[in-house]
Order: sequence, then structure tokens, then C-alpha cells
Amino acid sequence: MNSPDPSTRIRRNIGDLLFFNLTRAFAAFTLLLLAGIIVSLGIGSWESISKFGVGFLWSQQWNPPMDDFGALIPIYGTIVTSLIALVIAVPVSFGIALFLTELSPVWLRRPLGTAIELLAAIPSIVYGMWGLLVFAPLFAQYVQPFLAATIGQIPFIGALFSGPPLGIGLLTAGIILAIMIIPFIASVMRDVFAVTPDMLKESAYGVGGTTWEVVWNVVLPYTKVGVIGGIMLGLGRALGETMAVTFVIGNTNLISGISLYAPGNSITSTLANEFGEATPGLYTGALIELGLILFLITLTVLVFSKLLLMRLARKEGSQA
Amino acid sequence: MKLLTRRKLTNHLALALSMAAMSFGLFWLIWILWTTFDLGVAGLSLDLFTKMTPPPGSSGGLLNAIVGSAIMVGLATLLGTPIGIFTGIYLAEYGRHTWLGKSTRFFNDILLSAPSIVIGLFVYAIYVAKVGKFSGFSGVLALALIVIPVVVSTTENMLRLVPNSLREAAFALGAPKRLVIMKVTLRASVAGVITGVLLAVARIAGETAPLLFTALSNQFWSLDLNEPMANLPVTIFKFAMSPFTDWQQLAWAGVFLITLGVLGLNIATRILFRQKHKL
Repeated sequence: MNSPDPSTRIRRNIGDLLFFNLTRAFAAFTLLLLAGIIVSLGIGSWESISKFGVGFLWSQQWNPPMDDFGALIPIYGTIVTSLIALVIAVPVSFGIALFLTELSPVWLRRPLGTAIELLAAIPSIVYGMWGLLVFAPLFAQYVQPFLAATIGQIPFIGALFSGPPLGIGLLTAGIILAIMIIPFIASVMRDVFAVTPDMLKESAYGVGGTTWEVVWNVVLPYTKVGVIGGIMLGLGRALGETMAVTFVIGNTNLISGISLYAPGNSITSTLANEFGEATPGLYTGALIELGLILFLITLTVLVFSKLLLMRLARKEGSQA
Repeated sequence: MKLLTRRKLTNHLALALSMAAMSFGLFWLIWILWTTFDLGVAGLSLDLFTKMTPPPGSSGGLLNAIVGSAIMVGLATLLGTPIGIFTGIYLAEYGRHTWLGKSTRFFNDILLSAPSIVIGLFVYAIYVAKVGKFSGFSGVLALALIVIPVVVSTTENMLRLVPNSLREAAFALGAPKRLVIMKVTLRASVAGVITGVLLAVARIAGETAPLLFTALSNQFWSLDLNEPMANLPVTIFKFAMSPFTDWQQLAWAGVFLITLGVLGLNIATRILFRQKHKL
């Protein structure tokens, strides 16, 4: 540091200091955004929070004219559709990741990986419109009667697949959500499978393991945390997905039995459908509270996912 | 020998299922893209780009929605990009190990996957409810908030790829840190940063949920940011849910335009990024 003249040096330091603080201010802004969302939604829904209290979470009422609101039906819809999505998406994503890391010829890996990632790039409104106008009618005509005639006959589980085949409903929403989250889970799984040290895999192949045995007994245990992290990421996406679900869930504020064929409502579809017409006051407050609940649930799931993925990254770092 | 046969059988079964899973994924991609293409192209015409959204039962186009979307996406990108780039610079160059840096990086990744409808509610609560009406500007705000995390994470990752020897060389010449960042590291990673911005544009171009409570939509031609503004996604939502075939036809055409744009941007960024890294 031997600048020719002290004043240049000071000016230079001030410039650096200003630039540093500018970038720091923007970073702080990004961080505060999250807190800002929680606080502002809390304030926006205060009227509803103070009137209904915790009971809001398990009240089945949703009655705008009587100003009586409860979140049970939307929460039920959100959780059920997301669970259906996970049940379908997790095994499929695992299969895709297995294919991309162990089976596919090298020259096909990139194009196939890109194709799966493109599923994530398609805007959700496209899924929604396709789901409502193309998928749902075919689903009602062919798949739903078939499921009702086969799985629907099994005791207990059968009740899930009973009722009139409407095409739209919880099951349809769950299936479309599954297609939407497959790329997220599959690409995390593919990336974490790739961090398994080659030496581990080669040792397992060396003692005569088959591809499946190597993946199931070596790769999967080694990357367990990361795989769960990926699943949580997919769950976080599914919980907050709006447009695709709004199109196909049926938008009914009723829980009629446990059938997955029944139409319902999720937190996001309730917001998308009713917010524009809601009267200011309690109605709007209750809807904003739904948004707050959704945000807190997804936040928890995503924090969990991120912590798990960070744990795997640390493990990898310590072995490198 | 029996054990070996069983192990081999399990292996073949698992690998066959893995291939089935891959085909399952591709099946939906192809089906959705085919429908969009098939029904969308049928709705393409000159009217689409020259006429306003019609009332049901008469012919029209999507001009006001296309222009409104372009304005809002453009302004949101202009607003969100600098915030994202500066935050990314802080994370990569100053705050790698600081408390602020670590927490911002952590929560930025979470914002990246946060439900976009909540962002819309947030802008509604802090702006629309205060002003008392839906407006194009509030739509811009909501979209900008979605741009930020995308740009932050790509900028940070790209800056981290710049080798330290470049920074050291610039410091050795006596350059102050801000110039090292602006003229050396940021410039070295410009292709990556542009990739991030393009991805952000692709992300917000199809966003519908955050616009429902902010920009709303507008059946008429309006360039006033203080009024509700027409946009493609909300128009598609409204038209697709309607029972009118001519509205649904327009919605398919709109879906085709959005999908084409978004997938085009995604593929373009991949090519841009790959070429840069071959060098």
C-alpha cells in the first residue's frame, strides 16, 4: 500500500467503504424480505387471528356471509394433494436419478437430464389448463373407473377410490403436482448420487454387487440425508403450488368422506379463487391468515430440506 | 445358484423399473408440449397480436395482455436485477463467512422455493391495501421480488467460479476492491450473470399467482401503471376457466406463446452457459 499521495488513498478507501456498505445493504434487504413477509401477513390477518384464535386451524366452517371462517378444509386439501404427489413422485424420481447416474449411456445423460428439468420450467398455468381441459376428461373416462373397479374393491383402501369419477378432484390435483415436482426431486437425487465417492461404488462392484445392490446398499445409505432433503424440497414446492391445483381441484369447501375422487380446496386454490372477491375486513383477514399458515408450513419444510442438504455437503467437504 | 438367479432377477427388475420411470417423466413432457403446440398453433393468427381481448362471443386477440406482460416483466427485471447482483456480490466477495452472509445465503435459497402466491399476498398487504386499488405497479413489485433470489444465487455461484489468481493479479496492480469486483470478477462472470437474469425472466413470464392480487387484469388497453394492467397469465386463467370456446381458443394460443418463450429462454441459457464453459 504505497499510494503516491495520501488524499488519493483516503478517497479510494471511502469509495471502497461505500461500495461495501451498498452491497451489504442489499444483502440485508434480501434477508429482511423474509421477516417482512411474515410480519406484514401477520398484521394483515390480525383481525382474523384475534377473532378465531388457534381454533381457526381445525374449524370446518367457511362461511363468508356469516363471517365465520376456519382453515381445516383448505389445510386438508393442501396436505392430501401434496402427499399424493409425494407417493407418486418419490419412486419415479428415484428411478429417473438411478437411470441418469448408473444406466444411461453417457451421451444421453445430458439431453435426458435437460428434458426432465424442462418439466420444471413449464409455467404452472400450462399444467393447470392442460390438466383441466385435456387430462381430467380422459382421467374420468378411463382411469378413474378402472381404479374404482380394481383398487377400489380392496377393503379399507378401497374407500379412497370410490365415488363418482368427476375427473377433477384431490387425486387429479395430486397427480399433476407429482408431475410438477418430479424434476425437482429427481435433479437433487441425481446430484447427490453423483457425490458418492467412486471408490465406494467400485469396491461394491468389485465384490460382485449388481447395479441395483450397489445403489440400494451403498449409494442410497451414503446420500440418505441428501435424498430426504430433495424430497422435502419437492414437498415444499407441492404445498405452495397454486395455478395447477386451482384448475383441477374442484374448488368445493366440503369434506365429504375420505374419497380422493372428491373435489376439494387447497390453501392456494382458496386464495386464488376467493381473494379477488373478498370483502375487506374479516374475510380478507382470514384469507391472508391462510397465506400466513401456508408460508410458515413451507418455510419449515424448506428449512429442514436445506439443513439436510447442507449436512451432506459438509460430509462431502470433509472427505475431499 | 438359486441366490445368484434371484439377485440377477431383482437387478433386472429394478433397472427395468428405472427405465419405466424415465419414460414416465418424458411421457408427460411430450404430451403437455404436444397439446400446447397442437391447440396453440391452431389459435395463432395476425389478430392475436393486433386486437384487444374480446368480450365473449366476438373475435379478438391478446394485444393488451401481451404488451402488459412485456411491460411488467421488463420493469420487474430492471428493478430486481441490480438488487440481486449487489446481494450476490456481497455474498461472494465480502460476506462468505460473516453472519449476514451466511443467513442471507440460507434464506435466499428458501425464498427461491417459497410459494409465489405468498409474495402476491405480501405486496397486497404492504402496497395494494394501503393505496386501495390494484395496479400494474404492484404487479411489477411482486414479480421483482421473485426475480431477486434467482439473480442472487446465480450471481454468487458465478462469482465464486472466478479463480482467485485473477483477483490477486488485480490487487497487485493496486486496484481498489470495488474496481477489482466491477472490472475483473464481475466482468469475468458476465455470461453467468446474464444466464441468471434470463432464467429469472423465464420464471416470472409465466407467473400467475402473484399477479392475481396485484396487477389483476384489464380487459382494455391501458399503459397506466396506476391502473389494473392486462397480462397474459391472468388472462389465460380467466379465459381457460370460462365456458366460451372462443375464449378457450385464445387461452391456448396464449399458453403456446408463454411456453414457447419460457422454454426457449431456458434452452438458450443452457447453450449460452455451456459455450462459455467450453472456453
